[in-house]
Amino acid sequence: MNDEREVLDVLTTNARESAADIAAQTGLDEEAVEAAIASLEREGIVHGYQAVVDWDRTDEEKVRAVVEVNVELDRETGYEEIADRIAKFPATHALHLVSGDYDFAVEVEGASMQDVSRFISEQVAPMPEVTQTVTHYIMETYKDGGIRFEDGDDDDRLSVSP
Amino acid sequence: MRLSERARDLPESGIRKFFELAEARDDVISLGVGEPDFSAPWAARTAAIDSLERGRTSYTANRGMLELREAIADHHRRYDQVYDPESEIVVTTGASEAVDLAFRALVDPGDTVAIHEPAYISYGPGVDLAGGERLPVRTRAEDDFVLTPEVLSEAGAEDADLLVLCYPNNPTGATMDADELADVAAFCREHDIRVIADEIYAALTYGSDHDSIATQPGMRERTVVINGFSKAYAMTGLRLGYAMGPAEAIDAMNRIHQYTMLSAPTTAQYAAIEALRSCDDEVTEMVKEYDRRRNYVHSRFREMGLDCFEPKGAFYAFPQPGGDDEQFAEDLLEEQGVAVVPGSVFGEGGAGHLRVSYATSMRELKAATDRIEAFLADRD
Repeated sequence: MNDEREVLDVLTTNARESAADIAAQTGLDEEAVEAAIASLEREGIVHGYQAVVDWDRTDEEKVRAVVEVNVELDRETGYEEIADRIAKFPATHALHLVSGDYDFAVEVEGASMQDVSRFISEQVAPMPEVTQTVTHYIMETYKDGGIRFEDGDDDDRLSVSP
Repeated sequence: MRLSERARDLPESGIRKFFELAEARDDVISLGVGEPDFSAPWAARTAAIDSLERGRTSYTANRGMLELREAIADHHRRYDQVYDPESEIVVTTGASEAVDLAFRALVDPGDTVAIHEPAYISYGPGVDLAGGERLPVRTRAEDDFVLTPEVLSEAGAEDADLLVLCYPNNPTGATMDADELADVAAFCREHDIRVIADEIYAALTYGSDHDSIATQPGMRERTVVINGFSKAYAMTGLRLGYAMGPAEAIDAMNRIHQYTMLSAPTTAQYAAIEALRSCDDEVTEMVKEYDRRRNYVHSRFREMGLDCFEPKGAFYAFPQPGGDDEQFAEDLLEEQGVAVVPGSVFGEGGAGHLRVSYATSMRELKAATDRIEAFLADRD
């Protein structure tokens, strides 16, 4: 697991690092890095690799919302079953069971506000176990995936110093 | 205006020339920077802001706020460095002030101060200003730039009054383990040499924790330890350091400090208290990141056949391309737009080497090492 942990540290910083570069950074050899990545993927520790995108800077319209979902469980249906159904919709970007005033926090993505609200009202709210939904549209994203959305870095250090 | 002889004799730092050359170009990737590329942890910065909002803008006690000295004492207990916050610690304006105070408090005119080289550029001039005589002691690449009793003897350091010891080392990235320190400690005890141990990079070691010479038997009473917040907490611009040592030495340093500096910056002291209180995780993260870069740079140099021992601390690699290091650095800057610092700037022992700082982003390090590789290929 130790090799895997080190590889994971690099991948969570930059998933595009090549095996050769990961090897150079960790002191492992390239084969060990490949093996660690294969094992991380096989064991379902790493589920995928995606870009962190600031959609507001594209021409594309993208609407995201965080939806609070309250549910009522019964003998036949647990959180797992409900989560499974909500997760199946491609509009569900992320899904978490959370502590506090509501049960699920669902991150939903759509082409428009109408799109998102139709998804909630037509797909999520009607589920028999769902008792209430509250939709929060995301107005602005400042940081995502641990990365701050701002213009470049401003290295104001002297270029050469003792 | 007529200047003092002392000022006229003080040479311009060799690093200045490279600064000017690098500043004159705008496509430079700089591996010449001697400070972290991170900003201070946000918690420390907010503590500084908060102190300003509450109007904490007056002087503090000469020795620094007691709360800060207590936090420093607590912090160092984990390294078996035990100092009384009331009488054995003084907070200074950067570790640089602490180095200057130590020279002024410990050096009499004509005293000999042994300085291992290559080393940080301030020690020599600091000794000059205190009226002492410098005694350069060249550490060797084949010893991984560790200071040994052999090189001390070769340089005639038996007669030295004082030794400056800087590990983890700028510019080499060398560290010294407890056994190696024990040998130097024995030499110092035998020849009655006091030590100024500049441990500003103590938090940045890779693989094993820092050891201080002051924890060697019989050394605490003859050593002033200097440390600070600049490197560990990425707080260079807040200018905060400190010295720890026997009460009489700290008292003497504080007497000079109270006339020349009065007290270290108050805002920075608030930031430092918070840094010590809550920023261990950030330091750990920064060290991990430096470690990845260190591995990367060292492995790239090895691949391109550039002779380089494995650095164990600070954030510098010290490869030896062979030939004239100044010319190499100038050509590298000219042809590939990569700034490094020639090793000879850090004393004769550094000749033939380059100081390569990896306190820069992985993206820049990749681009810079690619350019160095192209430069070496062109030269062949």
